[in-house]
Amino acid sequence: MTALGHGQVKTWEPGKRKMPQSVQRQVVLPFGQVLRISFNSMMVRLSRSLITTATLALAIAFVAYIWSGYAILNSVWPHGDSTLQGAILASGYEMIDGQFGSSPKDRWLAILSLIVCVVGIVNAQLMAVTERFREIGTFKCLGALNSFVVRIFVLEGIYQGIFGGFVGSLLGILVSTLSLTLKFGWCAILHWPALGMLLTIGWGLCLAALLSLLGVMYPALVAARMEPAVALRTEQ
Amino acid sequence: MELQGEHNVVRLAEVTKVFRMGNNRVEALRGINFAIKAGEYLSIMGPSGSGKSTLFNMIGALDKPSSGRVFIDEVDVAQLDAYELAWLRCRKIGYIFQTFNLITVMTAIENVTLPMIFAGMSRDEYTEKGMELLGLVGLAERYQHRPSELSGGQQQRVAVARALANSPAIILADEPTGNLDLVTGEEIITLLKQLSTERGVTIISATHDIKMLNVSDRIVWIRDGRIDRVEERRDLKISVGQVG
Repeated sequence: MTALGHGQVKTWEPGKRKMPQSVQRQVVLPFGQVLRISFNSMMVRLSRSLITTATLALAIAFVAYIWSGYAILNSVWPHGDSTLQGAILASGYEMIDGQFGSSPKDRWLAILSLIVCVVGIVNAQLMAVTERFREIGTFKCLGALNSFVVRIFVLEGIYQGIFGGFVGSLLGILVSTLSLTLKFGWCAILHWPALGMLLTIGWGLCLAALLSLLGVMYPALVAARMEPAVALRTEQ
Repeated sequence: MELQGEHNVVRLAEVTKVFRMGNNRVEALRGINFAIKAGEYLSIMGPSGSGKSTLFNMIGALDKPSSGRVFIDEVDVAQLDAYELAWLRCRKIGYIFQTFNLITVMTAIENVTLPMIFAGMSRDEYTEKGMELLGLVGLAERYQHRPSELSGGQQQRVAVARALANSPAIILADEPTGNLDLVTGEEIITLLKQLSTERGVTIISATHDIKMLNVSDRIVWIRDGRIDRVEERRDLKISVGQVG
């Protein structure tokens, strides 16, 4: 059925096109509009997208908790007296080359939590995109290219990633600061590493955006490639 | 209209469509040959399951036929690339659906302006034309409302305004009155007829609404995926008279 169509495309000479001004015959979706459409679309479905965002936020919170905990310890260590240093070592933190850093166990835990998170996000996004097949079909009826649909979904994924990453990083930093203050006293806040925390937030945002993209890419590609009639036939 | 009189806007040649559901082959269309002239108001009638909607999707380039060819403005749709196809759907054809298919997260004005954004209009242009179109369908004051805040008839009027956004040559309506009450249904039909007579837009409508018959220039009856018969309007008045 489609083979017939493709065969004809190859034998079809551009000079014989009955659409002479095909260069002018373009459909466009300016980036500003993609920004606006995807942002509005997310805000209207806020509770729905908050579920996806929450999955992300929790995973990032865990990673940020580990990172920021070590950042605080590294910043406190030089200022602490021997009793404090003793207390830090006694509570199970290990120094490697004069620095606190993540142990292989920490890394495995973090990677595991991220994997679980990606599976959760793919699941949530698959459902969210499936719910929107009709919308996608409508977009295509109005002249949207597959890439418009992908762009809108990818941007929504990035918004969710950035938001989830930000909330998650803050949460992780808050918890690690609180727990270290409880364990080792006010010096954790006194020597709080602002720069290290900013870095943690930055990495958290990037990681969350990446995970969110991983989750949204597959469903969005599947949806964008559907024939409009097929997408419109789906139940809402 | 007289100038375009002999011009075929849509032409179908031996179009078939087979759906495969597991081991079952369902032949929705079994060889349709048909031409639609510019400026015509055409109704496709037939019982449900007769292949109306499938035919509608073929004419609108929303689905690929299993075999045969669909020509829009004498261009074979199968030969168009993704860009040309999108352009065709954007500028040449306006779609109206039974289920309205408005974007639920967008307001009335955003729904109407979306095709114009795709067509590359500037913000001022599309806002002005969008408001003008909403005015035409009598919803200018409700431009900030979302579909969920509008009645069925109002949603369908927004859909009509959206279909008109890029001044298409063809308006395809799939049971446009199917989900509407009698009065609103008639309003939509009147609006479509008005477009056909005043702007020379070709209206193709799949329907089983008898009210549509009065305004149609031609009626194509579909049965079991084939064209059963084609009636001209003058013949039809007699049969409607007999029924009424």
